[in-house]
Amino acid sequence: MSLRDKLTEIKQKGLADIDSAVDLKKLNEIRVHLLGKKGPITATLRGIKDLPVEERPEVGSYANKIRDAITQAVAAHREDLEDAALNKQLAAEKIDVTLPGKPVAQGQPHVIQQIIDEFVDLFLGMGYQVLQGPEVESDKYNFEMMNLPKNHPARDMQDTFYLSKEFLMRSQTSPMQARALEKHDFSKGPLKMISPGIVYRRDTDDPTHSHQFHQVEGLVIDRHVTMADLKGTLLTMAQKIFGDRFDIRLRPSYFPFTEPSVEVDITCFNCMGKGCDVCKHTGWIEVLGAGMVHPNVLEMAGVDSKVYGGFAFGVGPDRFAMLKYGVDDIRDFYLDDVRFLDQFDKRGN
Amino acid sequence: MKVSYNWLKKYLDLDMPAKDLAEKIERTAVEVDSVDVAEEGLKKLVVGHILSMTNHPDSDHLHICSVDVGEESPLQIVCGAPNVAADQKVIVALPGSRIGGNVKIKRSKMRGVESEGMICALDEIGFSKDVVPKEWADGIYVFDDSVPVGEPVYHYLGMDDPIIDLDVTPNRGDMLSILGTVHELAAIYDQKPDIQKPVVKEAADLNAADELKASADETLAKTYKLRVIKGVKVAPSPAWLQITLWNAGIRPINNVVDVTNYILLKYGQPLHSFDKDKIKGNVQVRLAKKGEQIKTLDEEDHDLSSEDIVIADSERPIAIAGVMGGYNTQIDDQTKAVALESAIFDSIRIRKTAQRHVLHSEASQRFERGINPDGVEDALNEAANMIQELAGGQITKGIVTASEYHPKLPTIFITAERTNHVLGTDLSLSDIQAIFDRLGFISQQADDGLNVTIPARRWDIHIEADLFEEIARIYGYDQLPATLPTGRQTIGTLTPAQKLDRATRHALEGLGLTQAISYSLTTATKAQLFLMRQSKLTKLLSPMTQDHSTLRMNLLSGLLDDVAYNHAHKVNDVALYEIGRVFYKDSDEQVRPDEVAHVAGVVTGNFTAASWNNHVHPVDFYDLKGIVNQLIENLGINGELSYTATDKYPEMHPGRTADISIHGHYVGFIGQVHPKVAKQFKIKETYAFELNLQTLIELPKSDDQYHPISKYPSVERDISFLVDHEVTNEQVVDLMKKRGGAYLHDIHLFDIYEGKNIPAGKKSMAYSLLYVNPRETLKDEVVTAAFEKIKKRLTDELNAEIR
Ligand SMILES: [Zn+2]
Repeated sequence: MSLRDKLTEIKQKGLADIDSAVDLKKLNEIRVHLLGKKGPITATLRGIKDLPVEERPEVGSYANKIRDAITQAVAAHREDLEDAALNKQLAAEKIDVTLPGKPVAQGQPHVIQQIIDEFVDLFLGMGYQVLQGPEVESDKYNFEMMNLPKNHPARDMQDTFYLSKEFLMRSQTSPMQARALEKHDFSKGPLKMISPGIVYRRDTDDPTHSHQFHQVEGLVIDRHVTMADLKGTLLTMAQKIFGDRFDIRLRPSYFPFTEPSVEVDITCFNCMGKGCDVCKHTGWIEVLGAGMVHPNVLEMAGVDSKVYGGFAFGVGPDRFAMLKYGVDDIRDFYLDDVRFLDQFDKRGN
Repeated sequence: MKVSYNWLKKYLDLDMPAKDLAEKIERTAVEVDSVDVAEEGLKKLVVGHILSMTNHPDSDHLHICSVDVGEESPLQIVCGAPNVAADQKVIVALPGSRIGGNVKIKRSKMRGVESEGMICALDEIGFSKDVVPKEWADGIYVFDDSVPVGEPVYHYLGMDDPIIDLDVTPNRGDMLSILGTVHELAAIYDQKPDIQKPVVKEAADLNAADELKASADETLAKTYKLRVIKGVKVAPSPAWLQITLWNAGIRPINNVVDVTNYILLKYGQPLHSFDKDKIKGNVQVRLAKKGEQIKTLDEEDHDLSSEDIVIADSERPIAIAGVMGGYNTQIDDQTKAVALESAIFDSIRIRKTAQRHVLHSEASQRFERGINPDGVEDALNEAANMIQELAGGQITKGIVTASEYHPKLPTIFITAERTNHVLGTDLSLSDIQAIFDRLGFISQQADDGLNVTIPARRWDIHIEADLFEEIARIYGYDQLPATLPTGRQTIGTLTPAQKLDRATRHALEGLGLTQAISYSLTTATKAQLFLMRQSKLTKLLSPMTQDHSTLRMNLLSGLLDDVAYNHAHKVNDVALYEIGRVFYKDSDEQVRPDEVAHVAGVVTGNFTAASWNNHVHPVDFYDLKGIVNQLIENLGINGELSYTATDKYPEMHPGRTADISIHGHYVGFIGQVHPKVAKQFKIKETYAFELNLQTLIELPKSDDQYHPISKYPSVERDISFLVDHEVTNEQVVDLMKKRGGAYLHDIHLFDIYEGKNIPAGKKSMAYSLLYVNPRETLKDEVVTAAFEKIKKRLTDELNAEIR
């Protein structure tokens, strides 16, 4: 048997041994045995000195190839064995992914706050500023500057919480119209503002009345602001807050501080206009009051009504929330029942 | 106002369904509360003729009637009404019929006698008892003889007439009348209404002036007119008039009073009829005198105020003007002569009088909203004619006029340009003129616009803007384009304070607290709990309930109420915060309180839900302190945050409460709610904080600044020692900071222990100290030197025993 054949035999047997190694320990033993100083290759190569000098390099290089082949075979088999071991471990590590996740503490904004924020964000995007006024208001701003002089039939003392002859809990956010008009410098640009806040009425609390609720007042005054602009603004508001399928309609109404005055209906949330009990089969639901700011309001605030004019509107977030979510008792908003509040946790949509 | 569709049709050509008409009114003029047809829901109610009647053998009040209902043979019907009699024409509910309240009538036996249906009273077929005439109030209704037997009853009772109930806005007092509504509909449908001016038929030889004299204070009654009708015979009104009134929600009384109510409905002009013979001397319109009293028609006694307008004769008040007549001069069965009043009273006084005496009548409602000065005399004349037609007698010649008022009709100039400028429309002047023609407003072209003369019946219109509204609503709001404001641009941004308000909310929500909104009005007791500064109470003058009578001076009491509500509903884990205003007053003289924004939070129970892998512990002081710390850190306020133990809040645990200050500014407090207070609120162990949000917003803020992260490795050293129980973390940390050397970067308390293996009165504390040098690698000996220095100082200054 030639030296070369011997080496070939070692290689074949070695590769077979490697293949049959069942674990890393065995594989290592085989590797050490084959490639070690006391291994068969080294032993066989001792016979190289008996070969003619010219044949020696060729056998030497053949031996190196065999070493490489064995090294590679060991590496390959090692990887297979490691994979198998890892897979076995992973299989053993399997968990029940349907078990509940660990509870974390996460609070929610109040549902009415969410609606107010929606209004605020929408109108910021349309270039409005956000103004806030006092909750204890003077009779002057709450009524007189709103074109409700003393003895006006629409100013019912019975409906207002007075602190004194002069001061009261504001019954509307409208006084912010007068306050904003007085302060605004029209040479710097138009007045565009919304004013969210709490208002108070002398009502007995029941499912549809609350002595405390919220309003968002809106006001735009410039040299040329039209009633069509009011309609477009309110339509935009309805569609951005409720969706493009919603429409609005205006109906005549009466507020002392606007002329013309309108009541604004929105497509019924419940039936999308087909008619149902919620909308008394009209397909529409009344959601807000609006109008063109009365010249008296402008003049009383020192704004020339022949040059400047515009629109105002007032929305009730409580009513919006009731309609949007089908809440049938306004008092639920002020009980702060955690189970109630936590329902309104889907934000950003 | 309940408006009869059939009545409207007398003046206008209307043939659309009542619902469509109502919709049109709602879209163009005023809101409609309801459209009702009384017969809807009723079935098989016919006119019956009682042929004969016998007594029921087993009853002392039931009768057995044989009733012709237009069928082959009469029906036998048992009836218990006290006024039932033979030969009456009555309302019969046939077997299988449906009457009021959705009640079905079947053949039945009444005390052994078969009854084939029922003879009905008006309230049994759906009439409100308030409108049923007195004569039919306690029994069945009897038709007059002309009504055909066997026919459905509805038409003969006005129950087929659609009634449109208008919710008239305060400015549209003109629509509280049929004629006003007719004018409105004429404009909406572009028709010319057929309205006749009444011509009064006076007796040639009788003079009103000989019968009565009247005087009036013109500031109380701008117009005051009387007519006298002599020789009347008071009796029930004919069916058509009764029907008209009850369909409008007014109870028919007699042929004189009913006429005044009919005219009130038609013209919107309240009238009053006095029994002329009961008036002693002259009539005068004046303010009531102190101590005067009057019994009104509803037989209620009233002490009059010197602010009330009264009609008086020479001796006493005989009516509360514009509100209700007096019992002493009322029309009764014996009345022979009628003094008929048509007037305009001061609207503000009428409103106050109606409120004062809680007497809100059809009349007062109209005086409050205004009266058409052009209709006063027409209403009076038509009423006189009608009384004469229905009750006989003679109308004396002339009108007794105590005061008279004919306002100059306003003329308003309007241009197409201004109209379009305000409405955003593209109307021509002739479009606009056409709208005024429809409204019946006379307009004349002048320069580039119109001079519009406003008729007296539209006393709500004074200025250009009022006309824009008329144009807009008749033109139609649906036709208005929908645009957005153009012109100069504005930038919409939140102010820094508004951003911080949002940041506060977002931070607290992220930290696990849910936003609450509680009431600002509370009890006087709760208002002054948890006070952060001295303050007087702010109270409402006339609260609805004591529960909401005082303005809060803290947010926490509201939040504790919320916790109590949740506990009462078996929710034990509660974590809430609220942002809102509290109201402070430095003195009782200060009327308007200072409004200060606060933020407060409460936590009780477990902070997160117990779960298979979540081993919860009940919240404690330090849980909440972590939240407050993080909140204040998020707000980026400059300066050191410090907590100082305090026992100054009576509502807080004296050993578990701290004042919070930033850079020496007091901003609020944190701690455990005093167990006694918790017990009063019926809540479990609860931790709370309240902060002055306004101060937090106003305190100077630090901008985010970039510091390069050190490239050199940091060195960590742990130290553990025993100290006296009383030594605070603050003392330790202050010392370490002071003595820690230039490279001490962070101090972290990782363990604290008292109890087993620790001597009594001592505690073990363990801190981890982090050393960093941003400029070069720290040498071990440098750190060791610094660390040893701290050890020594701890030993020397705090008597620490290093372990
Ligand atoms: Zn609907």
